[in-house]
Amino acid sequence: MGQFLQQLINGIQIGSIYALIALGYTMVYGIVRLINFAHADIFMFGAYMGFFLAPVMAKIFGGAFIPTIIAAMLITGLLGFIMEKLAYRPLRYKSRLSALITALGVSIFLENFCAMPFVFGPTYRAFPSMIVARNITIPGNLGLVISNVLLLDVGVSVSLMVLLFWFVNKTLMGKQMRAVSFDKPTASLMGINIDVVISTAFIVGPALAGAGGILYGTTYGMLASPFLGIWPGMKAFIAAVLGGIGNIPGAVLGAYVMGISEAFATSVNSNLGYGIAFVILIAILLIRPSGLLGKFVPEKV
Amino acid sequence: MTFLRTHRTITTIIAFVLLYAVFKVLYLTGILNTYYIQLIILVGINIVMTVSLGMVNGFTGQFSIGHAGFMAVGAYTSAMITTTWLHVSTANPWVGYPVFVLSLLAGGLLAAGVGYLVGAPSLRLKGDYLAIVTLSANELIHAILNATEAVGGPRGLGGIPKFTNLEVVFVFAIVSVALMRNYLFSSPGRSMKAVRDSEIAAESTGINTTKQKVFVFVFSAFFAGVSGGVFAHLLQFIDPSSFTFVKSLEYLIYLYVGGAMSISGAIVGPVIFTLLPELMRSLQSWRMVIYPLILILTMIFRTEGIMGLKEFSFILIPQRQRKEVSA
Repeated sequence: MGQFLQQLINGIQIGSIYALIALGYTMVYGIVRLINFAHADIFMFGAYMGFFLAPVMAKIFGGAFIPTIIAAMLITGLLGFIMEKLAYRPLRYKSRLSALITALGVSIFLENFCAMPFVFGPTYRAFPSMIVARNITIPGNLGLVISNVLLLDVGVSVSLMVLLFWFVNKTLMGKQMRAVSFDKPTASLMGINIDVVISTAFIVGPALAGAGGILYGTTYGMLASPFLGIWPGMKAFIAAVLGGIGNIPGAVLGAYVMGISEAFATSVNSNLGYGIAFVILIAILLIRPSGLLGKFVPEKV
Repeated sequence: MTFLRTHRTITTIIAFVLLYAVFKVLYLTGILNTYYIQLIILVGINIVMTVSLGMVNGFTGQFSIGHAGFMAVGAYTSAMITTTWLHVSTANPWVGYPVFVLSLLAGGLLAAGVGYLVGAPSLRLKGDYLAIVTLSANELIHAILNATEAVGGPRGLGGIPKFTNLEVVFVFAIVSVALMRNYLFSSPGRSMKAVRDSEIAAESTGINTTKQKVFVFVFSAFFAGVSGGVFAHLLQFIDPSSFTFVKSLEYLIYLYVGGAMSISGAIVGPVIFTLLPELMRSLQSWRMVIYPLILILTMIFRTEGIMGLKEFSFILIPQRQRKEVSA
């Protein structure tokens, strides 16, 4: 029982990070119907920004965590904006496949460019510890251990999610986003500036991924290489599909399901952690392709 | 006109034999050393990989991005058969080559089986699910190979007999491309293009789109598997890191820069990209930075790739005969 709860807690921790990445995938997919492969690399970029900014921020502000996460979010948001402007906008009215190929190109470009020795370098880096890790043992005979980093991960990601829900459901821009995601041509006839909406999605999504990158660095204490985004990115995307791609609460639910099942699989066998994501993906495509919270939309001809 | 058609076929065959003879003579006279011959063999393997990827991505309009995974399945299967299980060697070609060919087919069939497992669930659906499924399948195959001690784990599999030579790759590339080209110009091949152009319209004319997509995908995985086997018996050493997603991406770049909607494009792409880096050795470390940029720029400025919809004349079915068919 104690083991079970402990894995559940670990799953919630990793799920919180996946959720921040999955939200960006699902928002962009909802609005431009594009799998933004480069999203995983923006997550990586955010993590590296944490690595470079944390010492600077610690010097300026004393405490490093909050200024670093805000700065990283701003930078990754800017990167997302530039990426959309340069690579995806010229292809908006060409075939969907060419945008997808471009997304893949952008992803590989970011990975390999960042791996160049004069950018981030291909080697392992220790992430600066901004929070002194402390383990809190929960009283009782279950022997549960919760670290303050875990509370921080969950806290930051839940507050960002609440912020996002408020943004999407209560602000004018959020309303426009939902309209564009529902029906792009009609939305533009209603006077919504599609370009602005798409740019916003490409700022907000990457900013969340940047925050996820900082949490990832803080949790694991190291950055393996600029290719570190691939697996978390893939799992987060599968989480978005699991919850119903284009559906914001779905992405969060999918991410937690993914994180928890991964924690359990890893506790059985460390290699199983990779396989479980694939099994979930195939299972959801076979059983319920529209996702847990997605609606089945019949095709009209 | 049967005569014209045969005539064209004969000309094409003579051209290929001449091409082979030129390479062989250049090799025997010492103008091309073993390294260049190896490069030419690689071009042949890459052509088959790219054309088979083009069957799915270019002609059926799906988006498979894990082709190296199928290559890995074929490479490991055929290398295990020839090296670990049957211990054949080039010293005894009369036993060696039949075993080699059978091991290639076994590798291709296993890759096709994996292709079915990956393709069937995702191709039922419209949308881009195939992309993410093939991507994760590629990474998963890589992870499995890394974790399996029986195939050498991360250390790889060595001591594979060198069965692949210029002759093998010539026959292999020509036969494979001819098979795929014939499929493309057949009736199911045309329904494949119909699926690409409009899935709804294709369905309403009675094409079973799911079956068509799955078949092409499995067919393409088969050729990727066989290419993997040929590749393993060329390098004599394979390890999981030769078949990562980066490898798949290279084929995507060959395909889309060459021109995904034409077989000729899928031939031009790998020729350029296999030979070009050799001329610019100094840029080697920049390769994976420059390649994706080329891909992005191609998509923005020439979406249809170098060849567009054009085909070399030896790929096309002769004009006369086509008129007969349409009349």
